[in-house]
Formats: sequence, structure tokens, C-alpha cells
Amino acid sequence: MIVARDLAYAYPRGGFGLRVPALDLAAGEKLAVVGPSGSGKSTLLDLIAGIRRPDGGALLVDGVDVPALSEAGRRAFRAARIGFVFQTFELIDYLSARDNILYPYMISPALRLDAAVRARAGALAQAAGVADKLDRRPGDLSQGERQRVAICRALVAKPRLILADEATGNLDPANKGVVLDLLFAQAADAGAAVLAVTHDHDLLPRFDRVVDFAGFADRSAA
Amino acid sequence: MSALRLALAYLRFHWVRSLVLILVAALIIATPLGVERLIAASEARMTARAEATPLLIGARGSRLDLAMAALYFSEDSPERLTMQAAEAVWESGLAEAMPLHLGFRAQSAPIVGATLDYFAFRGLTVAAGRPLALLGEAVLGAGVAARLGLGPGDAIVSSPENLFDLAGVYPLRMPVVGVLAETGGPDDMAVFVDLKTAWVIEGIGHGHEDVLPAGAEAGDIIADAALVAFREVTPDNIDSFHFHGAPADYPIDAIIAAPFDDRAATILRGRYLDRENPLQIVEPAEVVGGLFERVFRFKSVLDAVVAVVAGAAALAVGLAVFLSLQLRRREMQTAFRLGGRRSTVARLVATETVILLCLAFILALAILLMTEGSMAPIAAGLVAAA
Repeated sequence: MIVARDLAYAYPRGGFGLRVPALDLAAGEKLAVVGPSGSGKSTLLDLIAGIRRPDGGALLVDGVDVPALSEAGRRAFRAARIGFVFQTFELIDYLSARDNILYPYMISPALRLDAAVRARAGALAQAAGVADKLDRRPGDLSQGERQRVAICRALVAKPRLILADEATGNLDPANKGVVLDLLFAQAADAGAAVLAVTHDHDLLPRFDRVVDFAGFADRSAA
Repeated sequence: MSALRLALAYLRFHWVRSLVLILVAALIIATPLGVERLIAASEARMTARAEATPLLIGARGSRLDLAMAALYFSEDSPERLTMQAAEAVWESGLAEAMPLHLGFRAQSAPIVGATLDYFAFRGLTVAAGRPLALLGEAVLGAGVAARLGLGPGDAIVSSPENLFDLAGVYPLRMPVVGVLAETGGPDDMAVFVDLKTAWVIEGIGHGHEDVLPAGAEAGDIIADAALVAFREVTPDNIDSFHFHGAPADYPIDAIIAAPFDDRAATILRGRYLDRENPLQIVEPAEVVGGLFERVFRFKSVLDAVVAVVAGAAALAVGLAVFLSLQLRRREMQTAFRLGGRRSTVARLVATETVILLCLAFILALAILLMTEGSMAPIAAGLVAAA
């Protein structure tokens, strides 16, 4: 799913860079990325999603040379093949849970909203246990329910890869395991691989593999 | 389509803010347009009234005061003249003269003392009751009757000229004998009495059982200005009413002169050209036209002020859009991360702005349509208040 070799990136204003000699993720694999704050974990997610372009090296995601794509191409790639789950959920406060799940279809010209998509959104909500809360807005949902809605949003476009950035960081201990199990189960159903950045070492045994990013930061980058 | 759906969802969620923005924008749009239409309606009304009045004769002084008082019964009274001036017009054989006695009020409505010629000249017809026939009677304009809820069989009392003038005239209680048909002009807002009745109000004519406090018995004639009392012309005392002085010296405030032809009008105008003549003659259409020239000069300043306010409002809207974009920065980032354009939220804000402005335009249009019917009465009120 992901093949990265000698991946290098430095922030334009300097002070921090990232060097990844090699990183692989197989289809359907669940990989945890750990490391101290500022080690470049979130930057790696940005590079894989095509939000940032690497300065050097090779990066294939689902067989696509992402850095070679145009800006529009990378956006379309992101919308169609990558699902994002964020620590702070990033749900849209003025939309219902249903519309939040369908949000990628409302903002990306690469995706087309039809009855099948709506049915899939309903099925995901059912599986996530929020089917009876689809008409509520995020402000009327609990933290755990919000993250479930966010997981449904990440999966609705049937992505090949889920990128989770501290997805359980804002949840209580009881909800953490439940949400992660849900994420894994739904990803497995969709045949998607999961690359999750986390600080929570208690959750690491649930992953297939763990990569420590402590040594990948390049603080000499200018 | 999605942009529209998202924009509507945002506006619905922030409905109070949306409503306030729509109301403010609608008022900013509707106010100058409404004022424009009000001025146009007022101008049309005032001009029509002025054009329907060929000439006015009054004491030399402010031409505008004379025109405003004689045409629209304004509160600013012109210098007075006497009935001799009206007699002179009649005797000239050049025009019909319609003297007007102005200045008194009854429950805020102007009391207009006029001859029956005035009613025929203005085309005023009685919608309820009958025309003036006896001394002391009043006929109400349609607007006054509606405002005060009075009709034939009721009575109206003239207001004292000056509250602190203890030696001044006593109010006159006048039976309302008729209500005029609505004209849409200043006549609707006036109380009409015969000239002689106006002179009775002024104290030139009076009876001898005229000062009666409430509850006083017949024969208790009390002349004490401290008492709350009024006079009334009744069948019992009408014969005792009489006037002092020569009729030619009785005061009036203006004369409407309707020349019999253009030649007569020219000759009549010529007779008042001498600056030593204490009387003047004015062509109301010319005076009102001059007034509106001044109004429009002022209006151009007003337009400039409105333009500045509109510019400031546009800047405020721009600031609101900028702040909205700042507040929605996270939403912008989320949209971009999920595959949307960086400009997704900016396009949403633009769509929301267009929707708000469209709704504001519709509301402004509705306000203008709803006030369409009120425009004429407001214009009439403004004309009357002018």
C-alpha cells in the first residue's frame, strides 16, 4: 500500500526536517507510528496524503506516485483513496452527523454523491452505533459519538488507506479501545490499511506493527 | 449544488446572525429607495396641489410661507391681510377670490375658514352628513374624521390660541355636520368652517351667552378666563351673535385667486408688482418648484451621505466576510485535507453572502411593496407637516 524510500522533507522556513530511509505498509495492514512530539509523525501523514510534497526520495501510495501528481490530482487522490481521522474529530459544527459523514462528497469534485453512497453512509453509521443520531449536530453528540461519526466519514468513500492522527487522543480510556476496534473492524471490512500516529502505548498491541519515528527527525534541516 | 446546500446549512445553523444580516442589508437597501419614492410622492402631491391653484394673494412677506399656509395649511402663518383685498379682486372683474382664514387648530388639525366657493374650486364633496349651512358648524376632512373618530352629530372644539393668554379667545365648540370625501390631499387633514365662524373663534364675532363653565345654569354668565369653558353657537343664542368693526377690515390670511382667463391673470399679476404695495401675488407652482429645487439640492448632499454610509456598510460586510474566513480556518483545513480545494470555504462564504444579499433584496422589495400603500398618506402627512 505504501512504499517510501529515502523520503526527505524540510519545512520551507527551516528548523525541522524529516528523513525516512524506508517505510512499507502492506494492504490491509495496521501500522502504528510512535515517537516524541516533533519527530515528524504528522508530517509523514501529510506527505503520504499529498498535502505536502517531499523534497526527495520515492513515495508510492496504492501504486500511485503521489508527489508526481498535480495539485488537483493529489486532491482527487486524497478524496478517493485516503480516509482521515483526526484527534479533534474536525466535524463541521453546522452539519448533521449524516451530512458530516457525506461531507467529502460535498467538497470534492472527484466524488459523486448518489443513493448508493447514502446507503453506505447509513450502513456505516449502523455499524458504528450512531444510526439513531444521524440528525444530530456534533454539538449534540458525546466525544465518543463524534469520533465514530468521524470514522464513518473516513470510510464512506471506500478508501484504500486510513490515516489516523492521534485518533483516540481525546477519548476516555473506555472509549479508546472501542473506537480503535471500530476503526479496525470497519477498515478490515473495507479492505483498507491503517496507518495510525499515536502516543498511547497501551494501544500498540492491537496493531500489526509499530514504527518508532524517534530517529527520523532531521533537526539540522535549514 | 453542494456549495448551496452547505451554505444554506451554515446560514440555518447561525440563523440569528443570518437574520440580523438580512435585516440590516434590507434596511440599507430599502431606506434610500423608500426615501426616494417618498420624496417623489410628496413632490407629485405638492406640485399637483400647487398647479391646481392659479394665484395666491397675501400680505407682502415670505412667498413660501404664504404658499405653504394657503395650499397645505402649514403652521407657519403668513402676514395677515383684510377682506378688503378679497373685495378688490372681486371688484376688478379679473378673478374669482376665495379668502382663507387660517391659523387656528382643533385637536391638532388646522381649522380652515373658507367660503363655499372654496369647496367647489377644490372639488370637495360631502361623503357623510351635509355641507356647512349655519354659523358655528364644522365639516371635517376625511383624514381628520378617521383620526379623531368623529362624524356628523359629534362636536369638535377649537384649541385656545395660546395656553397662557388668559385674555385670549375662548375655544368654540362646533357641531360636526359633515365629513368630506377623501381627496388624498391636505384638505383631508383639515377642519372646515365658514369664514364667519373663524372670526367667531378669533373673538371678532360673539354672542352674549357665551362663557359657560361645565354645570353652570342658564343666566350664570361668568367672564373668567381661569375657568374651563367653551362657547357654542346654538339655536338659542345664534341670533345674539354679531360682529364688531367694518367687514372689510376683518382679517384673513390668504386669497386664492382664480383668473377668468390668461389675460386677466397677467393684468392681475401686474397690479401687485409695485413693491410699495403691502400685498403680493404669487404663482404657487413657481414657489413649490423653487422649494423642490432646494430640496433636491439638499437631497444630493443626502445622496452623498447615503453613498458614504453604503460604502461603510460594504466595508463592514467585507470585514464580516474576512472575520468569517478567519473563524472558519479549521474548516478550511479540514476540507483541504479531505480532498477539497483550499478555496472551498471561501466559495462557501461567497455563496452565503450571495444568498444573504438575495434574501435582503427580496425583503427590501417586500418592505417597499408593503409600504407602497402607506407612501401616499405619509407623503400627505409630510406635505401637511411641511
